[in-house]
Amino acid sequence: MTGPARLTMLYATRLRALSIATVATLGGALTLAFFYAPMDADQGFMQKIFYVHVPMAIVALGGFVFGAIMAIRHLRTGDARYDLRAYVAIHVSLVLGAGVLITGSIWAKASWGHWWVWDEPTLVSFLIVFLLYATYQPLRFSIEDPERQARYASVFAIVAGAFVPLNFLAVRLAEAYTHPRVFATADGGLPPRMALTFYVALAGMALLYLTLWRYEMASKNTAAQLRSLRRRLGGEDAVAARGRSAAPSLPAS
Amino acid sequence: MTDTLPDNTGYVAAAYLVFFVLVLVYLVIMAAKLARFEREVTELNELARRSSETRVDGP
Repeated sequence: MTGPARLTMLYATRLRALSIATVATLGGALTLAFFYAPMDADQGFMQKIFYVHVPMAIVALGGFVFGAIMAIRHLRTGDARYDLRAYVAIHVSLVLGAGVLITGSIWAKASWGHWWVWDEPTLVSFLIVFLLYATYQPLRFSIEDPERQARYASVFAIVAGAFVPLNFLAVRLAEAYTHPRVFATADGGLPPRMALTFYVALAGMALLYLTLWRYEMASKNTAAQLRSLRRRLGGEDAVAARGRSAAPSLPAS
Repeated sequence: MTDTLPDNTGYVAAAYLVFFVLVLVYLVIMAAKLARFEREVTELNELARRSSETRVDGP
């Protein structure tokens, strides 16, 4: 079995079980959020947004850090597969990040009466991280040589990945705590039923991230495999020349 | 909580809807990719059939 074929098998293995586990966990989290978790004393019903917004934010930020780890491995080994893993990790995190900004904005409107509050550190810092990562793909696209593209993108992913926890710490140290803090309160955190719901939602969101990441990896490897098969069957002429692209190119098998 | 829906139900529904729409859009993109792969596999099968026929008919 050739390299991309083996990789496709690797990412596609147990994808069905993973998808079912994701749907079941997210379904469970939804049920717990609306039928088990108690109503928040301060925010009432709108606090339910917390169970989708916060897990999505944590998983998106975790995905950026995962991308940085893959980028480090790429620079250490020179293996293009790690560059692809970092690229897909950041891609999926950006999708979730967009969801975080929209749901956060909805929560802000419900909570404070404004869609966006510029002096709120949590909101603005997440926007900065999101916009920073939004430049990742244009950066890749701007570099034509695939090897240089992969190297520069990895350096970017590492620097930006290191910025994520620093940013989180900076926000925690900020004094203006106007963001709704339902996860850690002066009384010592969430009530047990809320905490359980939150952890199930977090697990569901992490599974969703993993599922989407593996689907995307399997898809990218299948595309590479088809390209290689076409080359073997029809020669170089049968394969359209690869134009400039932000996506990493896997080495031909 | 009263018998009627609480205030801010619309905002909560909108937030969850955003999440589901995002996942749905991703699924649609994945389905489109799958359809493209299916077309490519059909093309490659045809290419493989033609090349094996050429080999059989060849000198």
